[in-house]
Amino acid sequence: MSTAMVSEPHVLAVDDSLVDRAVISRLLRSSKYRVTTVDSGKRALEVLSLDRSVHMIITDYCMPEMNGYELLKRVKESAELRGIPVVIMSSENSPARIRRCLEEGAEEFLIKPVRSSDLSRLCSRLY
Amino acid sequence: MDYSTLRRQITFMKKSFFDQGYLDEQFNQLEELQDESSPNFVEEVVALFLKDSPRLLTNIEHTIGKYPQDFHRLDSLVHQLKGSGSSIGAVRMKNECSVFKAHCNDKNLEGSLQRMKREHATLKQKLESYFQLLRQVAPREHAVNLRK
Repeated sequence: MSTAMVSEPHVLAVDDSLVDRAVISRLLRSSKYRVTTVDSGKRALEVLSLDRSVHMIITDYCMPEMNGYELLKRVKESAELRGIPVVIMSSENSPARIRRCLEEGAEEFLIKPVRSSDLSRLCSRLY
Repeated sequence: MDYSTLRRQITFMKKSFFDQGYLDEQFNQLEELQDESSPNFVEEVVALFLKDSPRLLTNIEHTIGKYPQDFHRLDSLVHQLKGSGSSIGAVRMKNECSVFKAHCNDKNLEGSLQRMKREHATLKQKLESYFQLLRQVAPREHAVNLRK
């Protein structure tokens, strides 16, 4: 059985908002990413434990039960996952929040609504 | 109504939404994401918003009615509504949510809620009219795209 070459980076998008998942998914697909969306940090960790093809995680900050910062911490604390870049999205432009996430190892902190130009800039840095 | 008249009406309607402050640039950003693989993306996302937001408004209303008031939950619900409104470019809806959040500790939450509900109803009516018109020009525009 031959292995197919995967040319599109695979992004895991995490957001508890149905609307925002649809928007970020479309944004990522139009920027030629392969996208998997989940609605919680818990689900994100489940996917990550089963699928080793994720190249980047983009997560909302404000989510119930496990917020984006907590997900970021869990990823960076894991030997298997810590190499995956994590991007945080938030509608709140809070310097303290931004600093905390970047210090914890977030690749980027994007203010919602996220634009195509934000993803283009990210893509050129990461790939 | 002929195609060019419909197109003019659509353009005028959309411009009025922007001029009256119902929509902002984010709506244009969503339209730019539409292509042949996703030709109805904006209508689909707006439909998601219009389907999900009544649930949030109902939950906000129930939470206001509870004693003692759960301001944390109230703030979270309004934050969700504000966020999804912002994501579709519904700037007046977003602003009403901001006003509500700012007055979360006031006694007249019911008044703020009614304003949010009115804003939501107006937005729904306007966007549904807009997409109804767009659907009328869609078959012709799809045929034009196929010939390219």
